[in-house]
Amino acid sequence: MIVAQQKPIKDIAQMINDCKKVLFVGCAGCVTVCLAGGEKETAVLASAMRIKRILENNPLEAITYTCTRQCDPEYIASLDNQVKDVDAIVSLACGVGVQYLAERFKDKWVVPALDTKFIGGSTVHGVWEEKCGLCGECILHRTGGICPIIRCSKSILNGPCGGSQYGKCEVNKDIDCAWQLIYDRMKALGKLDKLMEIQPPKDWSKSRDGGPRKAIREDVMIDE
Amino acid sequence: MPEFEPKIVAFCCRYCAYTAADLAGSMRLQYSPNIRVVEMPCSGTIEHGVLLNTFEKGVDGVYIAGCNLGDCHFLKGNVRAIKRVAAVKKILDEIGLGGDRLEFFHVPASEGTKFAKVANEMTERIRQLGPSPLNKSAAGNAQKEGGQTA
Repeated sequence: MIVAQQKPIKDIAQMINDCKKVLFVGCAGCVTVCLAGGEKETAVLASAMRIKRILENNPLEAITYTCTRQCDPEYIASLDNQVKDVDAIVSLACGVGVQYLAERFKDKWVVPALDTKFIGGSTVHGVWEEKCGLCGECILHRTGGICPIIRCSKSILNGPCGGSQYGKCEVNKDIDCAWQLIYDRMKALGKLDKLMEIQPPKDWSKSRDGGPRKAIREDVMIDE
Repeated sequence: MPEFEPKIVAFCCRYCAYTAADLAGSMRLQYSPNIRVVEMPCSGTIEHGVLLNTFEKGVDGVYIAGCNLGDCHFLKGNVRAIKRVAAVKKILDEIGLGGDRLEFFHVPASEGTKFAKVANEMTERIRQLGPSPLNKSAAGNAQKEGGQTA
């Protein structure tokens, strides 16, 4: 999932300081699962903003709505009637959702309430870790299911480097050395010979180095 | 000018504080009439949004009363409530209402005296803090009496 975290309340308040009526839009996708921008978080933020603005003698009318997803046009279409008389829209989605709202509601001031952090998953309740580097060409079959692109601080393909000490990364002793994990797992699987294959330089044009990316499935496209 | 009488909501776990309230009554203990008790199946069922909404409705103070650590009927509900209260106190500080208006207390079922003590303590704390700026009735009364609103 995409993992995001809420911005400080004062920063969000600053963005909508001159607005009298604001629509807070949550997203029932990834940000609900990482407890940053779901229905509950949207209600809490709206409530906090209403209280803050009353205390500042600048009352705010804050309404809320949570879309099934903000990253699909059909799910934000249901906002069309609600945005008509608002001065601003605060999106509690990832950066994708904010852009979808800004694109659909061209005459509205759309602002983000979250900082989009990374692609990852939860380890225990309340803790999320980065797991995928979105490199565009997965190599997990060569590395025992452990991604060196994002979990190795240097993203090296033929590790470990000299900074690996007692299974930890030199960047921070709380970070596991991804290449130590890869070695241990491949050893347990009896596949250490696969690590002897030297990996050539990665084609980063399939990642962000090739500019913004697009994925197309022509077989599912609907002709107009 | 009459003394400010705070309006306080006490979310009480049925396995401890709510039972302690019954005991306080049986013991004929006198405690602050300013609290409004809400029975909860467990203090751990409290949510951030409920606490903020309670303040938005204009109450001057809120507290959650749960079991002693290790005594929760659902094992860790009170631990979760303590963490949520801490998080909402931080929000209240950030938005300017003040986290002191919210608190968590441990009130075992066997301690009616502690239930009364906590009710009095919280009432006194909120009285010192003054009416919540969101409490329209308190602000109105203060203005009628020529006092200052917070």
